[in-house]
Amino acid sequence: MTAKQLLLSTVLFFAGSGLWIKQLYAAEINGAEEINVAVASNFKPVMNDLVAHFQQQSGHRVKLSFGSSGKIFAQIKYGAPFYIFFSADQAKPIALEQEGLIEPNSRFTYAIGTLALWSTKKNFVTEELLRLKSGDFNKLAMANPKLAPYGAAAVEVLDHLSLTASTQPKWVQGENIAQTYQFVSTGNADLGFVALSQIIDKGHSNSGSIWIVPEAFHQPIRQDVVLLKRGKNSRAAAELLQFMRSGEAKKIIEAYGYKTLTSTSKTIPITTPITTPITIPITMKNPEV
Amino acid sequence: MSFSEADIAAIWLTLKLASTVTVLLLIIGTPIAWWLAKTQSWLKGPVGAVVALPLVLPPTVLGFYLLLAMGPNGFIGQLTENLGWGLLPFTFWGLVVASVFYSLPFVVQPIQNAIESLGDRPLEVAATLRAGPFDSFFTVVLPLAKSGFITAAILGFAHTVGEFGVVLMIGGNIPGETRVVSVQIYDHVEALEYAQAHALSGVMIAFSFFVLLGLYGFQRKQTSFLSPRGV
Repeated sequence: MTAKQLLLSTVLFFAGSGLWIKQLYAAEINGAEEINVAVASNFKPVMNDLVAHFQQQSGHRVKLSFGSSGKIFAQIKYGAPFYIFFSADQAKPIALEQEGLIEPNSRFTYAIGTLALWSTKKNFVTEELLRLKSGDFNKLAMANPKLAPYGAAAVEVLDHLSLTASTQPKWVQGENIAQTYQFVSTGNADLGFVALSQIIDKGHSNSGSIWIVPEAFHQPIRQDVVLLKRGKNSRAAAELLQFMRSGEAKKIIEAYGYKTLTSTSKTIPITTPITTPITIPITMKNPEV
Repeated sequence: MSFSEADIAAIWLTLKLASTVTVLLLIIGTPIAWWLAKTQSWLKGPVGAVVALPLVLPPTVLGFYLLLAMGPNGFIGQLTENLGWGLLPFTFWGLVVASVFYSLPFVVQPIQNAIESLGDRPLEVAATLRAGPFDSFFTVVLPLAKSGFITAAILGFAHTVGEFGVVLMIGGNIPGETRVVSVQIYDHVEALEYAQAHALSGVMIAFSFFVLLGLYGFQRKQTSFLSPRGV
C-alpha cells in the first residue's frame, strides 16, 4: 500500500464513521428507534399490515421475526434480542411472566382467534355437520392440541359435540395451524379445523364450504403480547403496545377474522352457525383506516 | 431417565421406518447406481443430478411438494388412487415413499463409487469364464464392492432416522403410524417439555454416534486389510 492509498483510505474511514455517527445522532434527535419484535407465525399477515401503519405514524422502525410461539419462547429464555413478543397463545407469555422475563403487568390479549371447520369441497361442511357426524370423510385435520391453541379448541368442540371418540381414528395433526391449513388446502384432508383468519387471508372464503364454530363451544383462543425485559426503556416498544390497543389497530385485527377484547362478538360478521357457502367480502382485508 | 409410552412407540416406529426404507433403497438404488457407473449416455448427468437433488433441497420444500404430488390432485395421488391404494399422506407407507426419495443419494452414490472403482476388468474376466450377468453380479461385484454397499445401507438407515422436515409435512403426527422420534422431540420442545426432549435427544445422539463410529471403524478396516494396493 502506498502512502497515497493509505491516506485515501484513512480519509474514507473517517468520512464513513462521521456519516454513521451523524445518522445515529439524527435518529436520537427525531426519537426514532429500531426495535426487534418476535411474532407468532399465524399472525404474520396482520402484523405486517399493523406495523406498516405504525411505522408510518411513529417514524420508528420495527424489525419482525416470525416463528412458532414455542421456539420464540425458548429463544427469549436464552437471550434473544426481542423487545416485544406476540404469542399465538396465552400459555407462553404466562410462563415468561412466571420466570420473571417480562416487564411486570405488561401482558394483555391483543387478539382472539376464531375457529372454523373448513373443506375445499362444496357443501361438504353444512350447519348440520352431517359428514362430520356420519364419518363420511377421509381425514379430519387439526393443529396438534398439545401445542397449538386452535388444536386444543378443536378437541373441545368435538367433545362438546360428543364426536371425539368417533372421529379420533381419522385425525391428522399439523404442528401448527399453518400446516393444518395446508393439509386441507392441498385436498389431502377432506375436513379441517383451521383459523378463520387463514381463510380470509387466502381469499378462500367463497370457495369450498365452511362452518364458523360458535364461541360457546370452546374456551376463547386468546393471543397475548408481553413487553420483555430488554424493551423496558424503549419508547418505540411502549408506543407499539399502545398502538395495539388503539381502535385503529383493532379494526385491522378484526378485518382479518380475529376478535379483540372490547369488540367481542358484535364486530365479527358471523357468530352463529351458518350454512354454506358463505361469502366474506375480501375488501374487509383492507379497511379504511 | 424414563420414557413415556408415546416416546417408546416413536422409537419403534423410527426403527421400523428406517429398516424398511434401507431394504427398499438397496433394491431400488443398486440398479440406478449400476447404470450411472456404467452408462455412456448423455442422460448420466441429468439422472445423477435428479438423484442428488434431495441433498440440496430443504426438506420442508421437498415435503410440501410431496404433499401436493401425493394428494388427490397430484400425479402420485391419482396413481395410487387408481391402483386402489388410497392416498399416501398420513400413512406409514407414505413416509416410506417420501424417505426413499429423500435418502436416495446417500445410497446410490456410495454404491456407484464402489462399482466405478472396480473398473471393467473383473467383469470381463467373469464373462470369459462364462458367468452370466446375474452370476457375475452376485459372485464378483457384490463381494468386491461390499464396503460400498455397507456404507450405503448405514447412511441410508441413519439419514432416515434423522429425517424431520419431510415427515413433518406429510405425516400428520399420528401415533404409531407417522409420529417418529424427531417429530416427538420437536413436540416436546414446542410444548416446553424440555426434560423429555433432552432424554429422547440423548438416545438419538448416542445412537447416531455409535452408528457412525461403526461405519468409520469399518471403513478403516476395509482400507487397511482389503486394499493393500491402496485402491
